[in-house]
Amino acid sequence: MTIVEKKKRDYSLVGESTRRAIETGLASAEWYHTEAPRKVMKELMQRSDGPAIRDTIVWLGVLLLSAAGAIAFWGTWWCVPFFFVYGVFYASASDSRWHECGHGTAFRTRWMNDVVYQIASFMLMRNPVTWRWSHARHHTDTIIVGRDAEIAVMRPPDLLKAALTFTGLLDFRYSLPTLFRNALGNLSADEKSYIPEMEWPKAIVAARWHVAIYVATVALAIAIRSWLPLMLVGLPRLYGTWHMVMTGLLQHIGLADNVVDHRLNTRTVYMNPISRFIYWNMNYHVEHHMFPMVPYHALPRLHELIKHDLPEANPSMWHAYREVWPVLLKQLKYEDYFLKRDLPPTARPYRGEFHDLTVSAAAE
Amino acid sequence: MPEWIVACAVDDVDEEDVIRFDHHGRTFAIYRSPEDEFFATDGLCTHEKVHLADGLVMDDIIECPKHNGRFNYKTGAARGAPVCVNLQTYPVKVEAGKVMIEIGGVHG
Repeated sequence: MTIVEKKKRDYSLVGESTRRAIETGLASAEWYHTEAPRKVMKELMQRSDGPAIRDTIVWLGVLLLSAAGAIAFWGTWWCVPFFFVYGVFYASASDSRWHECGHGTAFRTRWMNDVVYQIASFMLMRNPVTWRWSHARHHTDTIIVGRDAEIAVMRPPDLLKAALTFTGLLDFRYSLPTLFRNALGNLSADEKSYIPEMEWPKAIVAARWHVAIYVATVALAIAIRSWLPLMLVGLPRLYGTWHMVMTGLLQHIGLADNVVDHRLNTRTVYMNPISRFIYWNMNYHVEHHMFPMVPYHALPRLHELIKHDLPEANPSMWHAYREVWPVLLKQLKYEDYFLKRDLPPTARPYRGEFHDLTVSAAAE
Repeated sequence: MPEWIVACAVDDVDEEDVIRFDHHGRTFAIYRSPEDEFFATDGLCTHEKVHLADGLVMDDIIECPKHNGRFNYKTGAARGAPVCVNLQTYPVKVEAGKVMIEIGGVHG
């Protein structure tokens, strides 16, 4: 009798899974795209400054007003609702702004994308250079184990860790030391694997700016003997992250890995208008991965254009989490298990020849 | 040895757009600028070898469809992360309604 030992996934970006992904052609592969007329796609890809300027004014306006309320009521319980709003717009809305401006699609004008990208990166405690490259890799090798630097929930899933991400604690514990490490001129082997060498000095300089602002904030807090400066700069990453995690976790969790079809590893979820504003329409996530050039404000139209070829969108976040939960539980015992979502009859079938879509591993 | 070859008809490319042209195992991108001039570059992005013809032309910029890397298609210059390496450009002329590119020599 032959016993085949199934190898555990190695999520390092310079390890055994990396080597296998490159050898098997999973790395930098050609991905499936839904056919769409070039003329229509050109219209959808068109950039304009208007929607993002409007949304940025609202975003910064809410931040300023809620900060003003939090300062005015500091020391009383009345500051709590103001910090609630401030935290979400600081630490969750900034994620989607970081994302869209990193792609360069939010505004037509390049410098506007760059300014908002830098502000949002700071709010998120993300090195703006490092994360630009990690996200490029995420789009090249979406959920390819050993290649994708942005896999939120690895297999087998660590449910405690996943739950703690809602508090921002783990991210905080990772992001701040990473910034300090980068500021000291140290990039990890993983970081060096996806950042070109010519960009390394930029990553170090950017980290030094971030660290300098945090040091100044701490100095101010000590000088005025108050937590208030830290509640406004830095700590929102703890108390305001939950919305980013609630929406962002659904992007890929429980779905297939090591495939080259975003319909298999990415999820579109219908959301309420407030969450969509905070998340800048990234709930249309299959559409975004297939066509990253389409700006956030055109994603609903893109969804209408190609939904005949995609698995049906989850009607709500609640529905999506209910769908994911049993999959995660099963992955605790059997990490190859994943959710394979049905395609409508109008869709082109999944290309089995490109994927190891083992029937026993998939929940249909 | 430089050689002029017909890439497409003038009307094959919309204004402020790009099309793909394959020739003897090589792939090129043919651009028509908003000023109604034609340009040619290598067809694949220097970052991840994606076809630029699926991208977006904005003024004198071609944006790669995969990672939004940008090049000036008139000069081939890379215009920021994630593209770091310039794009090769090729001379173009229009004759009798045909867009011709000169390949074989090294430009841009």
